[in-house]
Amino acid sequence: MKPTNSSDPDHFHRVVDCQWGCPAHTDVPRYIRQIAQGDFTGAYLENRKSNVFPGVLGRVCDRPCEPACRRGRLDETPVAICRLKRVAADLSDDIRDKLPPKGPSNGKRIACVGAGCASLTVANDLLPLGYDITIFEQHDKPGGLMRTNIPSFRLPAEVLDDEINLIVERGVDLRLNTAVTSMTELLDEGFDAVFVGTGAPRGKDLELPGRHDSDRIHIGIDWLESVAFDHTEEIGENVLIIGVGNTAMDCCRSALRLGGKNVSVLARKPRGWFKASAWELEDAEEEDVSILINHSPKAFIVEDGVLKGMTFDKLHYDITDNNKLSKPQVLEEVFLPCDDVILAIGQDNAFPWIERDIGMRFNQYDAPDVDEVTHGVEVPGVFFGGDSAFGPKNIIWAVEHGHRAAISIHKYCAGEDITERPARGMNLLSTKMGIHEWSYSNDFDDSERRQMRHVELTERFKNIRIEVELGFDPEQTAREVERCLNCDVQTVFSAKDCIECDACMDVCPVYCLTITDNCDEADLRTRLRAPASNAEQILFVSDALPQTGKVMVKDENLCIHCGLCAERCPTGAWDMRKSQLIIPYATDKEGRCQLTTG
Amino acid sequence: MSYITKPAITHPDLPRNAVGLTLRDYEGSMSTLCAGCGHDSVSAAIMQAYFELAIEPHRVAKVSGIGCSSKTPTYFLGGAHGFNSVHGRMPSIATGANAANRQLQYIGVSGDGDSLSIGLGQFAHAIRRNVNMLYMLENNGVYGLTKGQFSASADKGSKAKKGDANAYSPIDPALLAISLGCTFVGRSFSGDKEHLVPLIKSAISHSGFALLDIISPCVTFNDHEGSTKSYAHTREHMRETVYADFVGQHEEIVTRVEPGEYRQVTMHDGSRVGLRRVDDTYDPTDRISAISYIEKYRAGGAVVTGLLYVEESSEDMHSTLGSAEQAMSDLPYEKLNPGAEALKRIQARWR
Repeated sequence: MKPTNSSDPDHFHRVVDCQWGCPAHTDVPRYIRQIAQGDFTGAYLENRKSNVFPGVLGRVCDRPCEPACRRGRLDETPVAICRLKRVAADLSDDIRDKLPPKGPSNGKRIACVGAGCASLTVANDLLPLGYDITIFEQHDKPGGLMRTNIPSFRLPAEVLDDEINLIVERGVDLRLNTAVTSMTELLDEGFDAVFVGTGAPRGKDLELPGRHDSDRIHIGIDWLESVAFDHTEEIGENVLIIGVGNTAMDCCRSALRLGGKNVSVLARKPRGWFKASAWELEDAEEEDVSILINHSPKAFIVEDGVLKGMTFDKLHYDITDNNKLSKPQVLEEVFLPCDDVILAIGQDNAFPWIERDIGMRFNQYDAPDVDEVTHGVEVPGVFFGGDSAFGPKNIIWAVEHGHRAAISIHKYCAGEDITERPARGMNLLSTKMGIHEWSYSNDFDDSERRQMRHVELTERFKNIRIEVELGFDPEQTAREVERCLNCDVQTVFSAKDCIECDACMDVCPVYCLTITDNCDEADLRTRLRAPASNAEQILFVSDALPQTGKVMVKDENLCIHCGLCAERCPTGAWDMRKSQLIIPYATDKEGRCQLTTG
Repeated sequence: MSYITKPAITHPDLPRNAVGLTLRDYEGSMSTLCAGCGHDSVSAAIMQAYFELAIEPHRVAKVSGIGCSSKTPTYFLGGAHGFNSVHGRMPSIATGANAANRQLQYIGVSGDGDSLSIGLGQFAHAIRRNVNMLYMLENNGVYGLTKGQFSASADKGSKAKKGDANAYSPIDPALLAISLGCTFVGRSFSGDKEHLVPLIKSAISHSGFALLDIISPCVTFNDHEGSTKSYAHTREHMRETVYADFVGQHEEIVTRVEPGEYRQVTMHDGSRVGLRRVDDTYDPTDRISAISYIEKYRAGGAVVTGLLYVEESSEDMHSTLGSAEQAMSDLPYEKLNPGAEALKRIQARWR
């Protein structure tokens, strides 16, 4: 293999699995260390840099970081990254004075359609540069999906209001109750750029017999929205939820709080093929929601205008050798009685307000063709982000879209080529404090993952606004932060200093280091001291070593960043250096950007 | 040394040997030697060898004297028996322990000071008795624990850290052992485990006294330019003779070499050591030519490594004494202590 080019920012970035897995690349190990040191405000600001809504995301993020976490490969449970984010948000001081104010006006006016997480991120990034931002919102409150689709027992309105206010109160022209009904008209208003962050607002329907014979059949996201705005305050005792994604989980748990007694979630497929996150399923089942597998909806049974129930085909699947499901066989038809049905089987983008003759290309799903890097479309100066760009994803992706679109908008307004993107950077700083002292906690802590505390089952259904999760207590926080492996404290190797004494290889608790003759990667992976079978994890290969011409190879897969290799190295060929990824955000010539200076 | 202990967490797919143990099960405490010490590498090679031979740690007894090297038994095979003895007196302890219990595997760890100065007499007599043990002589040419004075194995003219040259001729432990009649003599280098590990495995399987002279650089006092026991010097001046390729009792020999270059020696326990000649003028079973070969290359400054001498039909101490197969602790009390009547009968024979 060729020697690894560790000056490429991506090299060390990839080692930090959580940060690499996060769409917004939040510096997780750094904020966990700040929490460990009691610097909750610093941890909050570190989060806010990249993900803008730490309080929201600390509760309801999809957490792509956690399945990526190295700790999950070592002792099965990842660090509770999301829980710790909430700790930072709950305990942070007021940070208003630490955010950059709206910059002196640069005369450019930007319109954002929809006041969801993507548009708010665009505003957050562009305000300090002096842009005049106008956000149009059809509802009487901002927040978009965060407000309408996530029930308040998971995300209290105050948390959402606080984080939205941090952006809006710095000078955003937020126009509530103002639905945009025509893109042509909006473009005619002379904005310098338009950002569309309207989400994926159309819940999928289920056209089966009886669908339109009752008003007790609801579309999931519409129903959640009317619950969020207090338009719906009750539901029947027997409720069927169709679909088993995260929306279904929110629907079933909301139904329990509005009078539902027997709430069942119907899945077409077996467990293991559910779309819902494991933790959301767990929370729903704790509340005694029954999840019925292998049920395919067949018809709504309505008698005299009253919904009586639904019929389903009960299915059987075989699991094939490569762990796929066979075509289902129908075993029998079953009838399940109910008072209400909620359909939670997915959602689509909808752009009834965009005229099809303005030069924007629409794809086969009737969604505009959006560039994945610039977020631009055929019409110059129009950008898309969040679910409206590429279909339903999640909040953290929408935030990242907002950051990218903000860069494009700034370049577009400055007359620059939006396809030329600012490069990421990487800083490395030694953590060496003494002969074997490091400026991070390098001793492996074998504690198990801490479990979230919940409000008692007897209490939580009294009001839909009672937040179920209580957050970590100080003891839980203190233990959980120590579980982080500090993957950003990198093992940096200098081949010219190595005398091949093997000390690092011998001391490594996970056997990730090997000195061997160089060869191609497939062969090299078989020669290492411990199996290097996880091909998704990179190998580091050094330059040829001075004394024998062999190479130092490190399998990054399971390194626990304990620093023992560096402690045992007599020549300092290994050093533990903290990597810090430098993520570019929209920045003007005076250096103004969304980042805090203090 | 390090402040933290090596975490217990390890690679979930770590290989297991025939008795179901991983390499981690052969570890001892954290080393307190200097970072980069050759001795730590030797300890790692010892762990690897016992792991590969699937010998359970509690079947092993570790003995040592005084010095950096003699500290190391603490750092490997934490589950083994051990005795850290007086300076240079490890061979006596090993002899006594072996006499009392021949069921254990004995490994003595010593250094150039412990074996070649204060303990030279002890060393010679353990060889003479052909005690069945592996004797590791971790050879760095200096007294590391007392700030790096030259030891008896330092080459004449070798430079100390501050620049003084050594005025005395060295004792070569391998030559000394061969001339004393040692039945297994090898030399290797701590920085070359590919050769060291199979050599240790072969030595463990040898029935009788097996000496391994391991060049094990002292990173703190003897790894500079002008030293003849540094990592760089050793790598540059190593001259390999015979590569000992250990083959267990039930394993196939897979090395493919031309006939004449490769021969096998069957060890006492039925395992075999494949000998691959790197220098085809060398014959490790011919004592006279081995001595003259080593002398010849030593004069030219080369460090001759490999399996230097092996006597196939070696008779260890117990065979010579005709002692019991069992450990003394397993003998019935009546046999161990036949009583006053038996003592009288024995004494009567000399009256």
